[in-house]
Amino acid sequence: MATTPTPRVRLPAQAKPGDTIEIKTLISHEMESGQRKDAGGKIIPRKIINKFIAAFNGKLVFEADWNPAISANPYQSFFYKAVESGEFTFTWKDDDGSDYVAKNKLTVA
Amino acid sequence: MLNAKTSRATIGKGMQRNPAGGDRMILKSVEKTRRETLAYAAIAGLAALLAPRMSMADESAVAAEINKLYGDKKFESGKIKLDVPEIAENGLVVPVTVDVESPMTESDYVKSVHVFADGNPLPGIVSYKFTPACGKASASTRMRLAQTQNIVCIAEMSNGKLHMAKAGVKVTIGGCGG
Repeated sequence: MATTPTPRVRLPAQAKPGDTIEIKTLISHEMESGQRKDAGGKIIPRKIINKFIAAFNGKLVFEADWNPAISANPYQSFFYKAVESGEFTFTWKDDDGSDYVAKNKLTVA
Repeated sequence: MLNAKTSRATIGKGMQRNPAGGDRMILKSVEKTRRETLAYAAIAGLAALLAPRMSMADESAVAAEINKLYGDKKFESGKIKLDVPEIAENGLVVPVTVDVESPMTESDYVKSVHVFADGNPLPGIVSYKFTPACGKASASTRMRLAQTQNIVCIAEMSNGKLHMAKAGVKVTIGGCGG
């Protein structure tokens, strides 16, 4: 499970102006809650993705603060109202300080 | 992911096993087996009730969290559609969808949404920040629930109004400790 988290994002490549599109994201991550104990009875330290940020052309669209109660391989879906063509930047922030980033283009016509 | 699979497998095995158990049971009448099965079930239920629990948050913890965010402001009902399953078979992965009614314009939109649970080790589940660019104040994720409990959802509108919704989820297998 200690592989690098791989983000997966699904959204339509094209949209009409004014359309509200759904964006579905998934990232592989064990989301260790900090509540579990290992075989020796020691608490396994918490290591989760604590923040998910979606921006379009550099402007914030949606943000989610995740707590340890979020399931492993966290899924997040939300909506975006298409206005202009551009690029989404999705960022997942890990407890250990690393960022996982995915970029997706959207054509509005 | 791995945890979910293991716990599923365990349930499967448990169900196949004759709850009245033991080889000696084969000789006894069906009636007797059924009666004993019921007795076993009752004992199991009692044991589950009496079993020591992990320290869990409760309603007061959720109230404290809400108080931290909004003080003792008033909450209105309505506007929020909190979509959770009535019965969650696997507490490790419980889908939760929040949908707040709002035009989502620059002058009138949903600022933030907080989701809490009153029976988990920690009350917080997720906090969302919406912007008018979302077009729709709706988001879905998947959460862990340690036991049967209530989900509380709070939405803060751009005009400062607060809304609250509650929903109960019955959890068959708790998603805690794996």
